[in-house]
Amino acid sequence: MTPSPGDRRFRGITAGVGETVVGSERAAVAAPQSLDVFRPRYRAGDRLFSWALTLSTWTYLGLIVALFVVLFAGSWLAIKSFGLRFLVGSSWDPVAGHFGALPFIFGTVVSSAIAIVIASGVGIAAAAYLAEFAPPLIARPLAFLIELLAAVPSVVYGLWGLFVLAPLVRSVIGPAIQSKLGWLPIFSGPIYGVGMLTASLILALMIVPTVAAISRDFIESVAVDQREAMLALGATRWETVRRVVLPAARPGIFGACVLALGRALGETIATTMVIGNRPAISASLFAPGYTLASVIANEFTEATTQVYISTLIGLGLLLFVVSIVVNAAARILMHTVLRNAEER
Amino acid sequence: MAVSVVVRRTLKVRHARSAASVFITALCAGSAAAALLLILGYVVREGITSVNVPFLTQVPHPIGVSGGGVANAILGTGITVGIATAMATPIGVLTGVYLAMYGRGAVASSIRFLSDVLAGVPSIAIGLFAYAVLVAPFKHFSALSGSFAFAVLMLPVIIRTTEEAIRSVPITIREGALALGLPLYATTMHVVIPAARAAITTGLLLSIARVTGETAPLLFTAFGSQFWEANPSNPMAQLPLQIFNYAISPYPQWHQQAWGGALILIVVVLFLNILARAALRSRTSR
Repeated sequence: MTPSPGDRRFRGITAGVGETVVGSERAAVAAPQSLDVFRPRYRAGDRLFSWALTLSTWTYLGLIVALFVVLFAGSWLAIKSFGLRFLVGSSWDPVAGHFGALPFIFGTVVSSAIAIVIASGVGIAAAAYLAEFAPPLIARPLAFLIELLAAVPSVVYGLWGLFVLAPLVRSVIGPAIQSKLGWLPIFSGPIYGVGMLTASLILALMIVPTVAAISRDFIESVAVDQREAMLALGATRWETVRRVVLPAARPGIFGACVLALGRALGETIATTMVIGNRPAISASLFAPGYTLASVIANEFTEATTQVYISTLIGLGLLLFVVSIVVNAAARILMHTVLRNAEER
Repeated sequence: MAVSVVVRRTLKVRHARSAASVFITALCAGSAAAALLLILGYVVREGITSVNVPFLTQVPHPIGVSGGGVANAILGTGITVGIATAMATPIGVLTGVYLAMYGRGAVASSIRFLSDVLAGVPSIAIGLFAYAVLVAPFKHFSALSGSFAFAVLMLPVIIRTTEEAIRSVPITIREGALALGLPLYATTMHVVIPAARAAITTGLLLSIARVTGETAPLLFTAFGSQFWEANPSNPMAQLPLQIFNYAISPYPQWHQQAWGGALILIVVVLFLNILARAALRSRTSR
């Protein structure tokens, strides 16, 4: 009953049996090659179990591959008819057959960029406070509340943005900014309430917990001796954080921000509710805009022609590819930090 | 003498700067937490007047007819999330077990990496995928396609938390069971997975909480409905979708319903999140 060396499943099982864990390092000890010989009647069960594991794993992998293939196939018609031209066209009029996605790309990039600038500032500061300065009695409930902020459904953010924040931007925040900085083109023009600025603020709020929670983990993972050394040299607590802790955690914090940026780029419902949904490129942040995700959400079920549907799926594919690149970059960044920390 | 005065003065400045930075960072953390309380406060204040017995037991009324509720939407969300959980749990847990126990080499590490990346893919792209696979071929919106989209969204969360959970079970427990003569599958099913159950449950609850509040993929899969519907192959009302449609409508009466729906949704989602934490804590205290 000795299995052939090429039998992948059997190798898998013995590797599992013989596996041992030393700290975080896994090392294989000599696997008991002939384990099955002693218990032939268990073979069926073990084999079935191994099949189930392999089957589910490959199902999952297949699903991920299918996701890419299906989105690509769905947008093939649009790619074939327009090439990549529709990514740079600035006129969106599906009835007349004009498919220019530039206003959506502009809206997505600008709203996410403003959101990440705000959220990284607030989020990293919050993480530094929770990890370094706050007494545990305050840090724990505060961290809990900030983490719950990530759990609030986006439709609730949208609802709050539409009925609370947008009127506030129209009547208080907008005029206040305009009275001081109205001469800047980005703060000119009429204030509608819904628009690019409102969407950016809501997005910032939604991604702050991502930045804060992950940055906090990386800040806490900085070795204690480094802090102690700095304090022993007479540095203040802020100098310790600023000069030693934050630089040591920098790649991880950067990864957290990139991850949060990915969330902002793909956010759909909250943005759709507060950005105004007008496919125009406007310099003013008070003007309505549109994002890639929003146009899919608003127009997909109303798309009449095959080309129209295919173009919208193409925008989805673009979003998908961008999010994969952004997330992969974030994971690679954070991974390097963790590996460096383990080596140290 | 002069030097020590200068040192003392700069020291004072440095300490002041340190105190100021503690204050500013505290302000940032506090304002983020305050934002949550502010949103919660608004939802409770605006929503509490809409939530009553008819709201929880009736289907939506046409505009102009007062009353009406979100009972069918609550049922629809329950069914859709339930089916998604049934689809994602076996695949997710088994793949997690595979990664934890045999997870080496190129396949395993690429699955891990793809899972991390998949977790960040916008839900609307997953919705398009579900549309292309389960709606377009049948030319018919269905709750099932919504469940499928949800399952894809849940998988990376379940897989990674399961893997972590299994890994955290001491290898000696596994070795002990094997030494007593248990076959590997029995060791896994009856010893390792039960030992990791609390952490696996946490992952499941978090993934359920995540999709319960999702709206975007439902727009062109489950689609929504104004009526009672329990057949997953038909379009079905969904609570987040109902809130979205009410909120962007021009009618104040429907805005009120949106706040009521949001209150129910947020209570359910936060409850699931807190439950997930509690499940994890019960394990660590043991």
